Amino acid sequence: MSRRVSPGIRLVMWTGFLFLYVPILSMIVFSFNESKLVTVWGGFSTKWYGELLRDRQMLAGAWLSLQIAFVTACGATVLGTLAAFALVRHGRFRGRTLFSGMVSAPLVMPEVITGLSLLLLFVALAPLPFMPATRGFATIVIAHMTLTLAYVTVIVQSRLATFDISLEEAAMDLGARPLTVFRTITLPLIAPALASGWLLAFTLSLDDLVIASFTAGPSTNTLPMMIFSKVRLGVTPEINALATIMVSVVAVFVVVAGVLLARQERMRLRDSQAAARG
Amino acid sequence: MRRLFSRLPLGRNLVLAVPWLWLMLFFLVPFLIVLKISFATTQLAQPPYTPLLEWTEGVFPRLVLHTANYLGLLADSLYAAALFSSLKVAAVSTLLCLLLGYPMAYGMARMDRAWRNALLLLVVLPFWTSFLLRVYAWMGLLRNNGLINNLLQWLHLIDEPLVMLQTNFAMYLGIVYSYLPFMILPLYANLEKHDATLLEAAADLGCRPFRAFLSITLPLSMRGIVAGCMLVFIPAVGEFVIPRLLGGTDSLMIGRVLWDEFFSNRNWPLASAVAVCLLLILVLPILLFQRLQDDTEKHS
Amino acid sequence: MAPYIRIAGVTKKFGDFVAVNDVTLDIQRGEIFCLLGGSGCGKTTLLRMLAGFEMPTAGRIEIDGADMAGVPPYERPVNMMFQSYALFPHMTVEQNVAFGLRQEGLARPEIAQRVKAMLDIVKLGDYARRKPHQLSGGQRQRVALARALVKKPKLLLLDEPLGALDKKLREQTQFELVNIQEQLGVTFVIVTHDQEEAMTLATRIGVMNQGRIVQVGTPREIYEYPGTRFVADFIGNVNLFEGRLLQDEPGHVLIEAPELEAPIFVGHGISSAPGATVWAAIRPEKIHLTREPPPGANNRASGVIKDIAYMGEVSIYLVRLDSGRIVRVSQPNSFRHADDQLVWDQRVWISWHESSAVVLTS
Repeated sequence: MSRRVSPGIRLVMWTGFLFLYVPILSMIVFSFNESKLVTVWGGFSTKWYGELLRDRQMLAGAWLSLQIAFVTACGATVLGTLAAFALVRHGRFRGRTLFSGMVSAPLVMPEVITGLSLLLLFVALAPLPFMPATRGFATIVIAHMTLTLAYVTVIVQSRLATFDISLEEAAMDLGARPLTVFRTITLPLIAPALASGWLLAFTLSLDDLVIASFTAGPSTNTLPMMIFSKVRLGVTPEINALATIMVSVVAVFVVVAGVLLARQERMRLRDSQAAARG
Repeated sequence: MRRLFSRLPLGRNLVLAVPWLWLMLFFLVPFLIVLKISFATTQLAQPPYTPLLEWTEGVFPRLVLHTANYLGLLADSLYAAALFSSLKVAAVSTLLCLLLGYPMAYGMARMDRAWRNALLLLVVLPFWTSFLLRVYAWMGLLRNNGLINNLLQWLHLIDEPLVMLQTNFAMYLGIVYSYLPFMILPLYANLEKHDATLLEAAADLGCRPFRAFLSITLPLSMRGIVAGCMLVFIPAVGEFVIPRLLGGTDSLMIGRVLWDEFFSNRNWPLASAVAVCLLLILVLPILLFQRLQDDTEKHS
Repeated sequence: MAPYIRIAGVTKKFGDFVAVNDVTLDIQRGEIFCLLGGSGCGKTTLLRMLAGFEMPTAGRIEIDGADMAGVPPYERPVNMMFQSYALFPHMTVEQNVAFGLRQEGLARPEIAQRVKAMLDIVKLGDYARRKPHQLSGGQRQRVALARALVKKPKLLLLDEPLGALDKKLREQTQFELVNIQEQLGVTFVIVTHDQEEAMTLATRIGVMNQGRIVQVGTPREIYEYPGTRFVADFIGNVNLFEGRLLQDEPGHVLIEAPELEAPIFVGHGISSAPGATVWAAIRPEKIHLTREPPPGANNRASGVIKDIAYMGEVSIYLVRLDSGRIVRVSQPNSFRHADDQLVWDQRVWISWHESSAVVLTS
């Protein structure tokens, strides 16, 4: 049911997509450039990938960032899901406005403010016994969880809003206790939302520079912090290689997921049409 | 499930209490600390600021509020200029994002289904890839001997390379580029739901396409427009990475000022005062954004 | 015999809104009881209180002698068929039906055997491995029924069981539903807004309005002897004439209705004070339409045919009486070729038997 799209709008649209993708494509192309000069083509080479893999500091940073992102994503998914349930299922409760405000504000809050405020909190709490003595892994994870749980909440919330409550009531009616209902009905049905929330939290954490810079201790260097200090000094081909690896991993993942989802939807559509006929 | 939880008061309260406590501790309390420290002065110690409560003589602590930071912000025109220019940059970038993002979202929403999903994937994809690396990619394109200059020189459109990196132009470009998906997504989500028969009805009643757009599509997509603009404007005001990497050394952005006060000058109280001012300015747009979030939640 | 289900003085409030207002109702074992009413009349809330999803604000519910206060839905001997069917989309037909039995912790072979037996009863044996979205509306409805019945509940609650089906399928399913109920001997409580559905399914009907039960009776009693104007008007079509009671004897009643030229004569007493305002309710199919004046002095009026709707088995005539009142009359189309068909603007007489009108005092 393609509707008429005027040529002018088509032109703007495709220019927009070109705008979005030219920088990424150029990075990928130049990551295979032999020349040290990032902008002059010196022949095909994979030497920058080799150089990247020999860069122990960079690898250590990447490993640290992946660990932080993993813990962050798990924690944020749990907290964000709880917050989404509170917002959708608790109806009106005291302090709801403040609560939903605190959940969604991190979505738009400038990172410098979030980073600064969390650092000052950690400094203020440092003398307390149960807090981490030095800033590093734990403080970055806490900061990232606070930031990313907002995204998880938004995703899970929109799934729960369309969730048919009578499914849970039916399960209860058939003799399932509340926890069984959650495990066998609710959880499987919201699992896709949880998965995309987890992935989004993971990528956001992996990508964050500003908040990590504030909340990291002097000896902690995450991957974005290392990239930033290298990039500040100018363009290096090694970063192109790194970018290409990251973009390809994400692209493969997102495209595969997209294709799978599209196929599933097509099958579902076909099935229900067949069912309606017969 | 409300009823389900009511049988499990403990579980029901835990669901609310855990995220509630977390956000109180790690989102709300930090702002109070920022506010507190913005009234302190620096000192050479760890942490590098004076306590607000001083136990001088006697039992009762004395509350010492240093308003020097705020007075300093007012006195030095640098800060006001930075704040003003941040707002301007964010506003202009938001407008540019809207001008580019609206036709894109509109075009996408009117493609047929398969195309729509593929294009949506293309918008989301940069969203999932590193922001820092995408900004970095522009550095490679905009340099004096970068791809764009090389191309223009090869076409003999220019003789000397244009200086683009570390200019305001590069900064705007970077912000528009980075925040464009945030504009497109809410717009697309809105436009995609529009009922095509509304426009057919308008045409049937004798309305020309452009007028129909102005009097039907545009008003109906207002919610998406505001959501997109807030998602771009608010974080863009405090943007640090893009001005630092693409903008000139003289580019005055409040996020950069805050960063420098904090990391380079180690003036934590002043940085806090800057954060408080920034937050005060952004409170209104943030509230607007939240109203919108709450509404969409109720509408869905 | 002690009632199987006792609903005693049950009230449910949501904030200030009274959804169910002091309902008292007994339902016997093996009945098909229909709660009939418009939307928002409280029928679904009453059903949800039987299922245990809502707790009464006041009053008491007993099932088979046991007080249900504080008993959660998963411990009640009651199962429900939801209006949306609420089939679990991530499970096959088989898994959906087995869900309730698995909660009881039965052995696998027994579950498998009971699921198969139940799917055979609802004629879905070949569809066991399908997912809900691969089924048609009628099949889904039968899965929902099987899933609720496989637990052998003492009481099955059905929320608009046929509401999502198209007309043809609905008629067919109505009879299937009754057959299955007779086969298994389960007590049914059905909620519906569709009077036709209630009439065909129910052994007894409870008509609800604004949170109250206004009348309980067999479909015949409800139709032929409505107790109030609301019931008379809600079930089927009716012509209501307001009038003043002239005579009230044990053997008959005489009513003077300003809209009719002759008094209404009803062949039984109602024991009310003469002079009181009453209403006479007359069903359209109980009115005769003639060209000649009918015999007798009562139960008649003359007018002009203003509209005719040919419905196939019957025709509906709208007659404007000389008083200006429009009366609805339906006549069976007994003959294919009627030489003397009634036409528009024709002058006619309406009349009815002395047992046809029902006198309503409220």
